[in-house]
Amino acid sequence: MADIAAQKARPQYRNIHVSQIMSYRLPPAGIVSILHRISGILLFLVGIPFSLYLLQQSITSEISFESYRAIVGSIPGKLVLLALIWAFVHHATAGIRYLLLDRHVGVQKQASNTSATAVLWISVGLTLVLALKLFGAF
Amino acid sequence: MTTRRIVVGAHYGLRDWLAQRVSAVVLLAYTLLLLGAALFTAELNYGTWAGLFANSWMKVATLLAVISLIWHAWVGVRDIYMDYVKPTGLRLVLQVATVLALISYACWAVIILWRV
Repeated sequence: MADIAAQKARPQYRNIHVSQIMSYRLPPAGIVSILHRISGILLFLVGIPFSLYLLQQSITSEISFESYRAIVGSIPGKLVLLALIWAFVHHATAGIRYLLLDRHVGVQKQASNTSATAVLWISVGLTLVLALKLFGAF
Repeated sequence: MTTRRIVVGAHYGLRDWLAQRVSAVVLLAYTLLLLGAALFTAELNYGTWAGLFANSWMKVATLLAVISLIWHAWVGVRDIYMDYVKPTGLRLVLQVATVLALISYACWAVIILWRV
């Protein structure tokens, strides 16, 4: 009987429930990882068809080129582009970090933490610069 | 102990892992190529932009990037299905829809590129 009681007291680790997500503090590498997935899905669902459509409009003819300019010149078009720019920049920056990790560059705890934080700052910074360009600040 | 292989599983090997990395490098290289072409073109208008894609080397480079992109998207999206979509039937439906969409995108890219 004592054995059973001891077994029952053993802590059990299971996948966390969706409602518990916010109470878990993700390290920078975890934030980079989940954002890599979210940006990847966004690029798949919106990025590929939207980019192909813009490529088609931009190179098919002079008339379609004007419609391309109208799309990327409109506020809704710019907002979609901004979301895709963030998704691409984050996905690419995090991707370069993963390629380096595969080469065993920066796999130690501290180095990995630093590079994950760098990915977050670089992707947000690049997105801001490209956003200024997109909305015609320079 | 036997390994239970399921119809909507991965290919249980190195191929997808490697394909994901090789396609990533191709896509990074194509991004730099496109950035370089945009930066070194004096004036970007319809003529210079369509003229760039009229080159055979640009068509081949773009098609190579598109093939890398759909392969990369396939491995990535399937990984996400395997992690979050547990019912086998639903996962199969999503995987088939994804494959069909990606192949359609590749065909569309060929049509776009060879119209210029």
